[in-house]
Amino acid sequence: MSDVKKFLYVNRKAPYGTIYALESLEVVLIGAAFEQDVALAFLDDGVFQLTKSQETDGIGVKNFSPTFRALGDYDVTRLYVERESLEERGLTEDDLQEIMYEDEDDDWAEKPSIRVISRAEMADVMAEQDVILSF
Amino acid sequence: MEYTVDGKTVPADEEGYIINLSDWSPELAEVIAKSEDIEMDEERWEVVNFLRDYYDEYQIAPAVRVLIKALKKSMGPEKGNNKYMYELFPYGPAKQACKIAGLPKPTGCV
Repeated sequence: MSDVKKFLYVNRKAPYGTIYALESLEVVLIGAAFEQDVALAFLDDGVFQLTKSQETDGIGVKNFSPTFRALGDYDVTRLYVERESLEERGLTEDDLQEIMYEDEDDDWAEKPSIRVISRAEMADVMAEQDVILSF
Repeated sequence: MEYTVDGKTVPADEEGYIINLSDWSPELAEVIAKSEDIEMDEERWEVVNFLRDYYDEYQIAPAVRVLIKALKKSMGPEKGNNKYMYELFPYGPAKQACKIAGLPKPTGCV
């Protein structure tokens, strides 16, 4: 396709309590079918979306965090997480689940999708995009 | 809509997707397949079981493109292609196979 645009989905809200996080993920999965260049960003409370060992039985909603691990199958292989947002919430990269993708151009080697970057680097990532969708 | 398996009624939506995913059983799969004019055989079970495993792991039904890519990897190019999938499930592999597998309609599938 000649007309590939760079899309960034920005996630700023906690995974449960509002529908934003789940809706964002669904839009990403639908949008991935259009073969655009798609990446995700997680900042503010959005970093909680990627935490491991989520347990939602008590609040009666589906735990959709395993779905992030399917993103590699949809060629979504860049999940940018803002380091300052993690630190402000007492989290480190070790609190996030492991999300891998298989690199087709490198003999299907497994590589991590999550990239923890600084606030300044996040600004650079945003500046490179054609389309930014905020959730 | 609803299905009947061993005298038990299983509720489904107007398109035939079952409402409670926990109602699923291999016997129900055969009943749903029959209502779709599909005869379940080893090849079709292979796809249905793959979909159920995928849903178990990721909590979504994969898009057709993803399904075919994954089958290509696990079962080889002679099975991981569009033509083979549509021979097994003429009305769309993701749509029909997911229905038989007792999964929700795939995201982005209208």
